[in-house]
Amino acid sequence: MTDQARIRNFSIIAHIDHGKSTLADRLLERTGAVSQREMREQVLDTMDLERERGITIKAQSVRLAYTSPAGEELVLNLIDTPGHVDFSYEVSRSLAACEGALLLVDAAQGVQAQTLANAYLAIDAGLEVIPAVNKIDLAAADPEAAAAELAGILGGSPDDVLRLSAKTGQGVDDLLETLVKEVPAPSGDPDAPLRALVFDSYFDAYRGVVCYLRVVDGSLGSGDSLRFMATGEVHEADEIGWLTPKAVPVARLGPGEVGFLITGVKEIDRIRVGDTITHAQRPAATALPGYEEPKPMVFSGLFPTDGDDFEKLRDALEKLRLNDASLVWQPETSKALGFGFRCGFLGLLHMEIVRERLEREYDLDLVATAPSVAYRVIMPDGEETEIRSPQDLPEPNDRRGVSEPYVKAMILTPSEFVGPIMALATGRRGIVGDISYMTPERVELDFEIPLGEIVFDFFDLLKSKTRGYASLDYEPIGYRESDLVKVDILLNGQPVDAFSAIVHRDAADAYGRKMTGRLRELIPRQLFDVPIQAAIGGRIIARETVRAKRKDVTAKCYGGDITRKKKLLQRQKEGKKRMKMVGSVEVPQEAFVAALQVDEES
Amino acid sequence: MTPETADAFANHAAAYVHIPFCSAVCPYCDFAVVAGRDDLTERYVAALCAEIMGSEPWRPVQALYVGGGTPSRLDPGLLAMVLDAVERRHGIAGDAEVSLEANPEDFGPNFARTLRAIGFNRVSFGAQSFSAPVLSRLGRRHDAAQIEHAVLHARRSGFTSVSLDLIFGTPGESLDSWQHTVERTVALEPDHVSCYALTVERGTPLGRAVGNGAPAPDPDVQARAYQLADRRLGAAGYGRYETSNWARPGHECRYNLTVWAQGEYLAFGNGAHGHRGGVRFRNLRRIDAYIEAVERGETPRVGEETASGWASEIERLFVGLRRTVGVVPGSGGVALLAAPEGERLSQAGVIEVREGRLRVAKPLLGDEAMRAVLGLADPEVRENAASADTVSLDA
Repeated sequence: MTDQARIRNFSIIAHIDHGKSTLADRLLERTGAVSQREMREQVLDTMDLERERGITIKAQSVRLAYTSPAGEELVLNLIDTPGHVDFSYEVSRSLAACEGALLLVDAAQGVQAQTLANAYLAIDAGLEVIPAVNKIDLAAADPEAAAAELAGILGGSPDDVLRLSAKTGQGVDDLLETLVKEVPAPSGDPDAPLRALVFDSYFDAYRGVVCYLRVVDGSLGSGDSLRFMATGEVHEADEIGWLTPKAVPVARLGPGEVGFLITGVKEIDRIRVGDTITHAQRPAATALPGYEEPKPMVFSGLFPTDGDDFEKLRDALEKLRLNDASLVWQPETSKALGFGFRCGFLGLLHMEIVRERLEREYDLDLVATAPSVAYRVIMPDGEETEIRSPQDLPEPNDRRGVSEPYVKAMILTPSEFVGPIMALATGRRGIVGDISYMTPERVELDFEIPLGEIVFDFFDLLKSKTRGYASLDYEPIGYRESDLVKVDILLNGQPVDAFSAIVHRDAADAYGRKMTGRLRELIPRQLFDVPIQAAIGGRIIARETVRAKRKDVTAKCYGGDITRKKKLLQRQKEGKKRMKMVGSVEVPQEAFVAALQVDEES
Repeated sequence: MTPETADAFANHAAAYVHIPFCSAVCPYCDFAVVAGRDDLTERYVAALCAEIMGSEPWRPVQALYVGGGTPSRLDPGLLAMVLDAVERRHGIAGDAEVSLEANPEDFGPNFARTLRAIGFNRVSFGAQSFSAPVLSRLGRRHDAAQIEHAVLHARRSGFTSVSLDLIFGTPGESLDSWQHTVERTVALEPDHVSCYALTVERGTPLGRAVGNGAPAPDPDVQARAYQLADRRLGAAGYGRYETSNWARPGHECRYNLTVWAQGEYLAFGNGAHGHRGGVRFRNLRRIDAYIEAVERGETPRVGEETASGWASEIERLFVGLRRTVGVVPGSGGVALLAAPEGERLSQAGVIEVREGRLRVAKPLLGDEAMRAVLGLADPEVRENAASADTVSLDA
């Protein structure tokens, strides 16, 4: 066990690409945790996708041995946090395992919305927040402006903000000293019943589920019988230890210590992030605060392009879930797209990551339906039910009302874009709240907006309207009743479930016109006229027609060259394979994707 | 033409001879042609005759088709050598159709008389249009008057069958202009008319122009043009016996009928395609490569494809369905009608069964039917596969 006075637990809060992983590498190097030979760029980001996108999806932690200039031997536990709003619960659990947080901001880009959101999480959690400006070696760096922004958020003087370059190592020694000085040592009660926080977990093919935990009170010994307070499950501690970052087994973890625990549990959803571990024999009276069930926010149907890949998709989802308890799904049958799964995600990035991993790591070709949110329907008998797919919305006569999730959205932007952003937000039923100037050039815009309005293309539009400068974060603020309708798209009189959407009544006509217009461009001419209609219930609100094709014949037989003509038609036939039969209408696979794509005018 | 007559061409003996020379290459053409190489004509004809004389002796051909390119670009003496070689090696039946493609501007009275004398009895003119702007857009070098003169000379010289090739749907051409071309054609009273929709082929100047944004033919306009021609020619006594071909009774092109009846035809010259003994074969496409191969005593043949059993049945439908008389359904037709694709086509009225024949009732959508035919699976193979599954499940 390590004396609490010698421990400092901290995490780094930073926006994507602001240099968190590089700084982590530098710290590992300075403290000798990783030898030069083992040094791989960005050791902590182990998933390929993370390395490629430069983001951290799964949090990790590492124990660093640090000797201060005064000769003091200390243990620094760096607890990594995922850097995206979708994973804010995971971030909050990681922060709950720390006493301090380093708020790292790119000297060229300044504070971003996510960083700010996570900084507020850290402040709310009572952490000591140490501001630092990174990448001061860059030509485009403006450390003074970034420092001023940080001082504006956290209070204090811009002069107190650390300045460093994780890339060159400049300022890293100062940073280490500041951390030791400013971050409080843990102050758990060593004699109290055990309370340890599970702040992350992952699945190891050989060892089963590995938990990352922080001991708060009491101590945890190898072989102890442990109770997981949220799930009520009891497991034995098969192995406990430190991550240096290699796993080093130890006999006992004392208060304030951070380490791993292996219990032999194989199913990731039996170990919940945020749960409190205590002793089965001498349990703690109350769990640590803040536990929540994982809650999907965004839903989308995933369908294999090739119907034969359904089982392969199921296997792939199951494999992904081994490491991602927040991924949920249920089988879904679409008349248009066949068999697939309606999947629930924590947010848009989570959805994108899952889709990309399915296609890349499991070699699947997928069609994804437009993302939607979970609506709550008040039935005629007053019962409330949740629906996750537009098809499940009852007809107007069979429901008393519908409510939808709202979020508080926070946008940080250069002030010149305030107008376009407000237009975008109010066009999406956003209600603008606070507008606060962090500096004369940077503004924080707060508004309340239905989540359904931002899950689809809001982020892309925001980026394009602000040339990529604005950043967005949001948090759920509950359900509100709205005047929502389901718009169906009918091909040749038959509704195509994949194109149905729940939209606000005022936006229904525009949605109907947009979709029918797009589909008219995307659906090739057939043997008969194909009417494309948008309808609310039985009422048609928009209509287009794909005229029957009139000529499809080779003029000439090329002087007896039968083979060539055969090949030509054979090629055309191959092209047709990428069509989905929707009723009697052939719809190209691309139409499902393209019809739902972002456009500038919307 | 009765269905039985049409089907009987399956037993015809036909031959195709390719003459690749042109004065200039038309912008839409992607046949094996060459312009500005008239220096090669004698060597080429020598190679052609050598290829014919080296071919395995067959029986007298009942249809001989000399196409191109522009066969009328050759000196009649060279054309005579070609006919002579076919006659000596295989024979030319006494009542054979001996056909040649000609450009109107080449067809003077003396040339016409000479061709008739050396044995040609059918001529097919690349008229394409009677509209000057369309002819110019198509890169043709004749005018409407030359077409009329050529037909006149052919008649006077005793050609028994005269055909005109027309092209419709050239971007920019109005339906009125096309109607004018059809009327002028009917007025000339040819025995046979072919109407082809202008097709944009990759790798041609037209294909490149369209790729760079030039207007492409509008399929809807082409459909209307086709229907206009079909009505007008029908009213004038021409029966449509194939997707793109109309003829007065008895003047249907026998060489073409042989091809569409899945019959056999020899093929000589660069890029020529033949069908014999269940094998489809083709010759080297480049003229110099062809000449050199034959001069070295090698075969100019470069590709072969053998169709038997189910593949041959599919092919019978594939070629036969271009004909107005359609085909005897056979196992392929039965499979087509039973397939979902076939059902869709029947419902849309594209295919139909009438008086025991399977037909394409909407020739303008013929390729829809052709693609469905190409996708048909051999029912016997399927049955075998099914029974194999059963075995493996039991085991």
